[in-house]
Amino acid sequence: MKSSVIVFPGSNCDRDISVALEKMQFKNQMVWHKESKLPKSDLIVVPGGFSYGDYLRSGAIAGKSIIINEVIKAANDGCLVLGICNGFQILTETGLLKGVLLRNENLKFINKDINIKVMNNETNFSKKYKKNEILKINIAHNEGNYFTNKEHLNELNEKNLIAFKYCNDEGDVNEKYNPNGSLENIAGIYNSKKNILGMMPHPERMVDKLISNTDGVNLFSSLLN
Amino acid sequence: MKITQKIIDKHGLKSEEYTNIKKILKREPNLLELGIFSAMWNEHCSYKSSRKHLKKLPTKGKQVIQGPGENAGVIDIGDDDAIIFKIESHNHPSYIEPYQGAATGVGGILRDVFTMGARPIALLNSIHFGSPNHFKTKSLLNGVVSGIGGYGNCIGIPTVAGETKFNDTYNENILVNAMAVGHAKKNKIFYSKAKGNNKSVVYVGSKTGRDGIHGASMASAEFDENSEDKKPTVQVGDPFTEKLLMEACLELMKDNSIISIQDMGAAGLTSSSVEMASKGDLGIELNLEKVPCREENMTPYEMMLSESQERMLIILEDGKEKYAKSIFEKWDLDFVVIGKTTNTNKLTLKFNSETVGEIPIDALASKAPIYDRKWNKKKISNKRIKIKNLKKIKILDSLIKILSSPNHSNKKWITNQFDQMVMCDTVQKSGSDAAIIRIHGREKAIAVAVDSSANYCKSHPITGGKQIVCENWRNLISVGAKPLAITNCLNFGNPENPEIMGEFAECLMGIKESCEYLDYPVVSGNVSFYNGTNKKNISPTPVIGGVGLIRQFKKPMNHHFKKENSIIITVGKTFGHLEQSALYEEVYSISDGRPPEVNLINEKNNGEAVLNIINSELVNSVHDISSGGILVALAEMSMESNIGVLINKPKKLTNQFEYFFGEDQSRYVLEVDQNNLKNVEKILKESNVFYENIGATQKTFFEIKKEIKISVKELYKANNQWYTNY
Repeated sequence: MKSSVIVFPGSNCDRDISVALEKMQFKNQMVWHKESKLPKSDLIVVPGGFSYGDYLRSGAIAGKSIIINEVIKAANDGCLVLGICNGFQILTETGLLKGVLLRNENLKFINKDINIKVMNNETNFSKKYKKNEILKINIAHNEGNYFTNKEHLNELNEKNLIAFKYCNDEGDVNEKYNPNGSLENIAGIYNSKKNILGMMPHPERMVDKLISNTDGVNLFSSLLN
Repeated sequence: MKITQKIIDKHGLKSEEYTNIKKILKREPNLLELGIFSAMWNEHCSYKSSRKHLKKLPTKGKQVIQGPGENAGVIDIGDDDAIIFKIESHNHPSYIEPYQGAATGVGGILRDVFTMGARPIALLNSIHFGSPNHFKTKSLLNGVVSGIGGYGNCIGIPTVAGETKFNDTYNENILVNAMAVGHAKKNKIFYSKAKGNNKSVVYVGSKTGRDGIHGASMASAEFDENSEDKKPTVQVGDPFTEKLLMEACLELMKDNSIISIQDMGAAGLTSSSVEMASKGDLGIELNLEKVPCREENMTPYEMMLSESQERMLIILEDGKEKYAKSIFEKWDLDFVVIGKTTNTNKLTLKFNSETVGEIPIDALASKAPIYDRKWNKKKISNKRIKIKNLKKIKILDSLIKILSSPNHSNKKWITNQFDQMVMCDTVQKSGSDAAIIRIHGREKAIAVAVDSSANYCKSHPITGGKQIVCENWRNLISVGAKPLAITNCLNFGNPENPEIMGEFAECLMGIKESCEYLDYPVVSGNVSFYNGTNKKNISPTPVIGGVGLIRQFKKPMNHHFKKENSIIITVGKTFGHLEQSALYEEVYSISDGRPPEVNLINEKNNGEAVLNIINSELVNSVHDISSGGILVALAEMSMESNIGVLINKPKKLTNQFEYFFGEDQSRYVLEVDQNNLKNVEKILKESNVFYENIGATQKTFFEIKKEIKISVKELYKANNQWYTNY
């Protein structure tokens, strides 16, 4: 399985995701933002960080970069695309995923381990998880408050496009366990073809027992099969 | 322009210093030259009041690769790995403009570390604020915390440990100290010493603006009612550009292009060029019209004194310009050859081919003034405060009061605003005795911690100085690391006041004594004087940042109780010293008396025994006993895991408050499995360490036999409520 990690100036989780991918036996390449061609890839990862300093608006400038056109083309051709944190923000800026990520409700950067629930375990990203499985996973963001319009929200629910929701350690999804104010506790979503996943939590931080846990492993192993 | 007395005063130069300048130049300086002298001779850059005392600190050891005098200290952690680290203050700017002040404090210390060839792997901070009730505290706290997070989170270096304290003494002068730790290969360390005549001097990074002009001079004076006017001297940080600069520098450092490199920190282009030339016994010539400027019509004076952030000066090997330039262009950064090294031993400044200033390098560096300031010994209070004579308060109420106080309540609400996990090597985050960072791709790890004890230092500077080094050492031991070396940030009041200078001199004596005995040398540091407003000085607040090594890292050691029915052992003798304790401060509001004595023999002996026990994998959890004594230490261990304890009353007829809240030094709490107890006791006995078996862990309840009983959840609640109402 070949993967490409897009590196923008200001990306800072690029090394972390490449370490995780290589650990999971992906053949990974780093792709610099000024490149105009993507290497042949089965998976494209848009990593976390502060692309272009997140100036103007999180992900806004990266959404207009040279390489991102290639990502859009590949995504439209069905390539698997994973956007994590800033990567999720960038994907919403390109329109590959609908909706926006607003400032966290408390207006503060939040870094902690939270619980999320696997809402759909029948996608290329999640098939190794059990349905409703609860994962403990790290979040680190200032703008993770997902918002979208009513029609899209209906579509997300009807077509089972919500990937993960914030919950407590028993799987209860409600306002109390929503770290950032996101709509319906949404932590990650798919596009309608389910070949693109955008998520605020960091699965690449959860593949090593020594520093955290291995709750992110199955996301990558799902992709391998 | 004629240099008038008013201009000299404005530059913070004393009249005898000005006379000296004229003597060195054999003429009157022009304004540019005066500005440069003022930037290099101020307290912040010249260490003129502190140098004499700093010299006495131990800075050598077989673990030390580079001690003080470089951008940061370098230590050996075995194989081909080195750790590069330093702590620095950004107190004055943070009080005036908390967000930018704190952010650029982080940015500055990171540059000190990556300038030397290290990839930064951890950030720490020690921040001190005034009383939570003071009208400025809340906004200062918010600004500083967001500034630290804003910079570290963006650049992608985890902020892994720190301390936040409150005390009236910082009402008008907060402290913001930032520490950065980086990892480098031993054979790839870069220094600031220039070598060779006629080598290219290259400016890289951000453009120069008018921000921060005379920032270092501002940090060398007390505040007054016009402090707000100093806002323009605070720099503005751009972590995004720093990230690019860091990656570009580290990329260039893989090659052999760099002769020497120096970041433009305090006093910007002036101090970086002077330092490089001075260390290399060379001169340097700069063509200032080539300096990339952000604003129009900038004068040589402004360029030389600007403290715009995210800039570096590099001296390149011949023929490497094109290659180096391609790297900086890749990262969209400026790269301009602005001058060359010379053999004149002078700083020569040209602007459009005209010489606009010329000063002998040694006048600015090695011959900068040094003061042997008058200092007075601290008058130590002999007042003893007997707990028996104080109003009776219940033990449980006292414990709750301490745990729910701003200083002792849980600080996760602050640390959760910092990305602690980026880089995926943070094995242990904030909230433990020390954070643990794995060396990327290796089996070893380092432990890092910062500590201060201003109350102890104020009441007895020598003991206080001794104690903070020991406490820091103990914190590293508690997570199973062998302490290697420290960096210190010495925050004090006005050194022209002999009482303050006395606090400084005596704290340093204490620091020296502990560092020497524990083989825990000082490899880098920073002095911040003039912390005070309108003659009101802060309490002496030296901050110690320590680094330790865990050679074979298997699993993190921390203070969270692991299971029920483990035996609880205290290591070290409990005498019951209460003066300067959390009990007296938080419950009785008493600040008289001396801090607890530090016995270095016991310190070392106890610590080495505990480290031996941890390394032998005989212990479930370890916590050092510090502020709040045994009871607060136990509560902290319980609250992290929701496992309770059953503690026996002290056997001898000691006062229970003295026993449970006393802050005697060199002590630890160990949680030991029944079946490991024998082996643990064997090690302790063989090491001649005093220990007591004081009880056992149990389900749910935090209990002292026949004295207190409370659910751990309730303790947790008390410990986590203060900030929700703040």
